[in-house]
Amino acid sequence: MYRYDDFDRQLVQERTEQFREQVKRRLAGDITEEQFRPLRLMNGVYLQLHAYMLRVAIPYGTLRADQLRELGGIARKYDKGYGHFTTRQNIQYNWPKLDEIPDALLDLANVEMHAIQTSGNCIRNTTTDQYAGAAADEIEDPRPYCELIRQWSTFHPEFTYLPRKFKIAVTGSPNDRAAVKVHDIGLRMHQNDAGETGFEVIVGGGLGRTPFVGKTIRDFIGKNDLFSYLEAILRVYNRFGRRDNKYKARIKILVHEEGIEKIRDLVEEEWAQIKDGSLRVGDEEIAHYIAQFTPPAFEALSDDDADFEVHKAANRRFFNWVRSNVIAHKQPGYAIANVSLKPIGGIPGDATDTQMELVADLSEKYSFGDVRVTHEQNLVLPHVKKADLFALWTALDAAGLGTANLGYVTDIISCPGLDYCALATARSIPLSQRISERFGDLERQHDIGELKIKISGCINACGHHHVGHIGILGLDKRGKEFYQITLGGDASQDAAIGKIAGAGFSEAEVVDAIESLVTKYIDIRESGERFIDTYRRVGMDPFKEVLYGDR
Amino acid sequence: MSLQVVTANRLGDGLVVFLTADGGWSENIDDARIAEGKEAADALLAEASAPELDVVIVGPYLIDVEQQDGGLVPTKYREVLRTKGPSVREDLGYQAV
Amino acid sequence: MAIVKNDSVIEQDWITVDAEGDLPSSDENLIVPLARFKEERDTLLGRNGGLGVQLNPGDAPEDLADDLDRLSIITVNFPAYTDGRGYSYGRVLRERMGFKGELRAIGDVLRDQILYMHRCGFDSYDLKVDGETALTKVRAALKEMSVYYQPTGDGRATAQSLRERRRATLG
Ligand code: HEM
Ligand code: SF4
Repeated sequence: MYRYDDFDRQLVQERTEQFREQVKRRLAGDITEEQFRPLRLMNGVYLQLHAYMLRVAIPYGTLRADQLRELGGIARKYDKGYGHFTTRQNIQYNWPKLDEIPDALLDLANVEMHAIQTSGNCIRNTTTDQYAGAAADEIEDPRPYCELIRQWSTFHPEFTYLPRKFKIAVTGSPNDRAAVKVHDIGLRMHQNDAGETGFEVIVGGGLGRTPFVGKTIRDFIGKNDLFSYLEAILRVYNRFGRRDNKYKARIKILVHEEGIEKIRDLVEEEWAQIKDGSLRVGDEEIAHYIAQFTPPAFEALSDDDADFEVHKAANRRFFNWVRSNVIAHKQPGYAIANVSLKPIGGIPGDATDTQMELVADLSEKYSFGDVRVTHEQNLVLPHVKKADLFALWTALDAAGLGTANLGYVTDIISCPGLDYCALATARSIPLSQRISERFGDLERQHDIGELKIKISGCINACGHHHVGHIGILGLDKRGKEFYQITLGGDASQDAAIGKIAGAGFSEAEVVDAIESLVTKYIDIRESGERFIDTYRRVGMDPFKEVLYGDR
Repeated sequence: MSLQVVTANRLGDGLVVFLTADGGWSENIDDARIAEGKEAADALLAEASAPELDVVIVGPYLIDVEQQDGGLVPTKYREVLRTKGPSVREDLGYQAV
Repeated sequence: MAIVKNDSVIEQDWITVDAEGDLPSSDENLIVPLARFKEERDTLLGRNGGLGVQLNPGDAPEDLADDLDRLSIITVNFPAYTDGRGYSYGRVLRERMGFKGELRAIGDVLRDQILYMHRCGFDSYDLKVDGETALTKVRAALKEMSVYYQPTGDGRATAQSLRERRRATLG
């Protein structure tokens, strides 16, 4: 895993000091809220419904044990004993006090973390596949490139006042777990005809009020050229992106209004002028970063472990957890263990201080001190010996972290919604809790299979509802919460934006509506079909009918 | 005639507060000074927006309230949540004490 | 209003004219908006006084390609600090087109953006405060950070280049 060197450390420390001064100036009345607001946002400090909120970056979703332990410590010391993991591979704290935030940032800096660029119209925290470096289907570990992107984008002098925020996601696997097609830039690793590994570059994806699946601007860019190419895209966007209307300022609108061909021409023209410049990254430098992410010291093991099989046969609940939450590792004898933050009826993505500390301890014991955060708001221990899985699960289960529901209908993505968020039009968490309870029975969940429900509390779509197999958008209709359902969204390599099924449902009706959709799917599915497959085969009509009948 | 009070978030800790009769800020909406009618409401907001209050509170605005059982209750659910805390964590926020 | 350049407060030696209207006498130093420069190029180049151009957001610095060595100053307008187009103009002018004259940031120029402007090639800043305050702000801003990741034309050593140098010495 990447360790800060003295340059990285100094940069974060200087920033922390700078913000401490800014907070001091604000509290003393030397600067007004109007002047302070952009400064605090640049350091991840929002003002929400009940209090301030601090958003901390988890670059490319990778945490070391000591970092996760510190996140737990911060939850206890500066907050109310919990944090919320988000779809952006960040963590949010809901109750920090402004005058204590500089101390929290200092504690973070001590474990090589920060809240830089978690807000504002800059290049945000880069996200990637949570299974990077472990997945059996991976072409190459994307994290060295993510780290290079992190450095290139941190305090980029030219791109700190873009028309709007800018999000980059990278996948090193053909099975996209990072939703790269709904980001401003998505990078998908693949090999060209010459057998070199590089990136397909996708631009203009996004959610929010005008969702788009991104378009390919270049089939292949070599690793050495990646950074000059990114710079070319950003420069074109910075110069030509709309600034007259903040709802039309994302690059997706530029791509949509001008057409991908025109944007491609502009980017290629720009790139031609800078590609041989100082952003060309040499093989040696890339090798240096790859070396920082060398695989941990795996033991040579047989892929089968007798004890593991015995435990599976003897303990039904363990068997269930393995069935849903454990997936194949590229190293024989190892597995990837997913820690669900979606207990039945719980708050999606929330973890307590002690849960974070426990997972940190367990990662040291069983996963080389490596923890990942997923955009689906769960945690991952990426490198666990199969022989250790039972002990791991036993410890997780005792702390309420052993829920066996990864990818199931109760593994719901939900934004904070009106319970916390100042922009919300409706609550989203209570709805996710009720759906989770309705489908709580494990065998039923298993029978339903993969079904991604995603809920946002307003049109900003932080809960990714547009790309949920079933998406739910909370709205306000004359003072009452009501919920609009979309169907057929998909965040994977087959990305699609869901279609609105029809009129919205009241808070009282919506869980029944979701259940009727699921029942319909069970009725008409063909063997092996997931909900999304059935939807693609039969289309909207049969589902619309169960929702609205003749209405 | 509609009743309004001014709410804001306190600068230091970000918590929800209401403008009181004596020009202070209270965490309890029942302490809030009530404005009846547009003119009174505008005056109340103007008072809350005074530049010197920029070191006390952030983002003052008016909300509609109703008298209920001797207390004040906002008419919008969003504001009700602000007087209580998250509906999904009844152990947190003002509702907890 | 004070202009800071090269660690000191400098005089305003330039008259900025509007898109239309009469030009001042021939030996005054003039800054004209790009649009006017394009229209009245020959007249403007024929005058005795110094000449500069003002770029507003949406302008193309490339339009000055043939005339850069006749311009002593280019001002780039940041109508609001949130409008970051001027940063790209600065880098294009300096790093691509090789502009050597004064590059001045005007408009909503605030302390917290000055370091970024400097990194993008600006060498003077027109601030809406008195001279002493302006100088203090610019000095503080320019030394607030000491580690830089991005190679730009400002000549600052990046973390990467320092790492490489260190690796080379360690052999
Ligand atoms: C609670 C405070 C939050 C605020 C004020 C906020 C604000 C916003 C806004 C205004 C947008 C729309 C931007 C646009 O379309 O240009 C947005 C989009 C987004 N936010 Fe949030 N958000 C918050 C929390 C979250 C959380 C908790 C998550 C993760 C669960 C998140 C992840 C995202 C994502 C993924 C998008 C949409 C995708 C896109 O960029 O197109 N945000 N947010
Ligand atoms: S989708 Fe809306 S309600 Fe949910 S977190 Fe984003 S801005 Fe808030």
